[in-house]
Amino acid sequence: MSSEALTPSPSASEWVLPSRGRVGMFSLIAAESAIFTIFVAAYIFYLGKSVSGLSPKDVLELPIFTTICLLSSSLTIHLAVRGLRQAKVGAFGLWWFITMALGTIFLVGTGREWHHLIYNKGLTVSTNLFGTTYYSLIGLHAFHVTVGLLLIALALIFTLLGKVKPEHSERAEVFSLYWHFVDVVWVVVFTVVYIIGR
Amino acid sequence: MSSQAITLTTVRQDARPVSERIHDWVVTVDHKKLGILYIVYGLVFLMLGGIEATIMRIQLIVPHNHFVSPQVFNRMFTMHGTTMIFFVVMPLLFGFGTYLIPLMIGARDMAFPRLNAFSFWMTAFGGVLLYFSFIGGYGLYGAGNAPDVGWFAYAPLTARAFSPGHSTDFWTLALLISGIGSIGTAVNFITTILSMRCPGMTLGKMPLLAWLNLIMGGMVILALSPLTAAQIMLSIDRYLGGHFFDTQAGGSAVLWMHFFWIFGHPEVYILVVPAFAFVSEIIPVFSRKPIFGYPIMVAATVCIGFISFSVWAHHMFTVGMNSYGNTFFTVTSMIIAVPTGIKIFNWLGTMWGGKIQFKAPMLFCVGFVFQFLIAGLTGIMLATSPFDWQLGNSYFVVAHFHYVIVGAILFTIFGAFYYWFPKMSGRMYNEALGKWHFWLFFVGFHLTFDFMHIPGMLGMPRRIYTYEPGRGWEIWNLIVTIGVIFQIFGVLAFVINLLWSFWKGKAAGNDPWDAWTLEWSTTSPPPDYDFAVTPAVRSRRPLWDRKHPEDPDWKYE
Repeated sequence: MSSEALTPSPSASEWVLPSRGRVGMFSLIAAESAIFTIFVAAYIFYLGKSVSGLSPKDVLELPIFTTICLLSSSLTIHLAVRGLRQAKVGAFGLWWFITMALGTIFLVGTGREWHHLIYNKGLTVSTNLFGTTYYSLIGLHAFHVTVGLLLIALALIFTLLGKVKPEHSERAEVFSLYWHFVDVVWVVVFTVVYIIGR
Repeated sequence: MSSQAITLTTVRQDARPVSERIHDWVVTVDHKKLGILYIVYGLVFLMLGGIEATIMRIQLIVPHNHFVSPQVFNRMFTMHGTTMIFFVVMPLLFGFGTYLIPLMIGARDMAFPRLNAFSFWMTAFGGVLLYFSFIGGYGLYGAGNAPDVGWFAYAPLTARAFSPGHSTDFWTLALLISGIGSIGTAVNFITTILSMRCPGMTLGKMPLLAWLNLIMGGMVILALSPLTAAQIMLSIDRYLGGHFFDTQAGGSAVLWMHFFWIFGHPEVYILVVPAFAFVSEIIPVFSRKPIFGYPIMVAATVCIGFISFSVWAHHMFTVGMNSYGNTFFTVTSMIIAVPTGIKIFNWLGTMWGGKIQFKAPMLFCVGFVFQFLIAGLTGIMLATSPFDWQLGNSYFVVAHFHYVIVGAILFTIFGAFYYWFPKMSGRMYNEALGKWHFWLFFVGFHLTFDFMHIPGMLGMPRRIYTYEPGRGWEIWNLIVTIGVIFQIFGVLAFVINLLWSFWKGKAAGNDPWDAWTLEWSTTSPPPDYDFAVTPAVRSRRPLWDRKHPEDPDWKYE
């Protein structure tokens, strides 16, 4: 009695609200953007302020190939989600796997770059301000790529076990928003670190 | 009708063994239980923060007092500030939000119940970690040392050289972890409010509590994240040898201040906007009138949300910014008083000509309006940068922000407790004891914080552990400490009232206040599923429509 419908609504059938997944993911992306903004601001603020040691133009090289890989993974994840929406689970699995491979190539590229900087050039977090800000900003992004890759791998395992169905396409789409965000952040980081910062 | 049948078949909770009931609370994803967990957690930390404040006030009651050492005094003000902001006020506000938002918008739970539980336990873990520093601050030495760098932890005090041991790391990690919890809660609030409203509840028909919490959620997302980022940087400095805030390697101590206050000032509004939300629900019900100027109220809050992100450096006038910085932040800090002033007129307009009932919740809200106005006026004084150069970092500033946080925010939280206690527990509180709480706390508050302005104007800096006699500060410090005694007895009346009413109070019924929002349409306490039938609404006051079918609100909105 107490919880009966208060007033019958004539338009109850047309009551449509935004999808929970999308709203939640966009909120999370807003929060992540604020975190990246602070790290990018610190990077720009400290450009050229190192009192000793290496500077960006001495050591940084444009990571063109890995950048192309990461950015094209946005396209492949889009194709994967579209495949799932059209109930083509096989196409989904294939594009999803390619997305993971491209992301992994990017991460390996970052690892090689860091190895080169640490062992050949002697640049570490504690060397100077450039080292501190560079490793933090790139590392924060690489951390987000890593989290994304783990989730992609999890979904890939479910796909191989045959648990992924077309009705999961919205979840895949919500995740793809995160992956697009990671790519867009890379465009900003790339511009700031490798173009403006050099 | 169908709901009654369902209610009757519910298993009686009390019949089950204690261990099982505790297990229920630990693994719960129910928004009502998590809301209560947040609130109980906040109350426990309120006691801890209050004890720390009392220790400081005892130390300052007379000049050259030796109640605690300078080192302990530093730890007390650091822990007091950090505790009260992050582990008292935020959990209490999140707790009420978590409990009330789904009930007020006609939903059965939050959008992401498991994220809700995750967020609570992260916040809880953060608080425990902070207090563990009393035991583990020196690590393997087995001796304790709480953080002593102040609640805004300016560099270079936090550098390894000046903060040996792990106390500062406990502070950093506690805030980082509880910050992640807060961001999770904010994501949940926003998604719940946008995606879970019952049929007919368009954005323009939402209760103001939902609207204001939506805005608060957006602010948490944009403000807590910079704090999280700054804490990551501080950890990199302390553990990986980074130089973010290391001035000897070209780093900037002022950058930390900017990062902290980009969080720190919106945080004040994050705390006060949900307080506005409580007042906007309570004042109409006890004035027997709908809220005056609903759209203006929402618009003013959105304005506050935006402007609050452009005022942060008014905390830094004494740092030595250039004249452009000082002018900009003076102007923005004054502009933000405009939407805030509009809200005060909204509340006064709601009370104007109403049949006001001075029950305990209403008393606290009227106290809020009065005290928040004074807090705003000293705020405008401090926003004037030349005035701030004179009084920055004095007890005048301490009095000002306690006027906001205690006089405005804590007062409305007490009001919210009395207003929603019947819904949460199913029992009425004791009105006489509630009035005692109000008057004791009101007198104590004014003794403490009115008189705290004066030693500030006489030049007493904040955070000093003692002072010389003969500066004219003694009598004021004595009065300030006497006020604390009244506040303690007020809070004692509150705690006794809560405990006594929880077990012995009269049954409250579904709708003891004859209120108008959806939470009062279900039983007290609400069943696990909140609403047996999803309600549908046609106006901002759905229960008014139901009680007055001859003259419903939706005809006029």
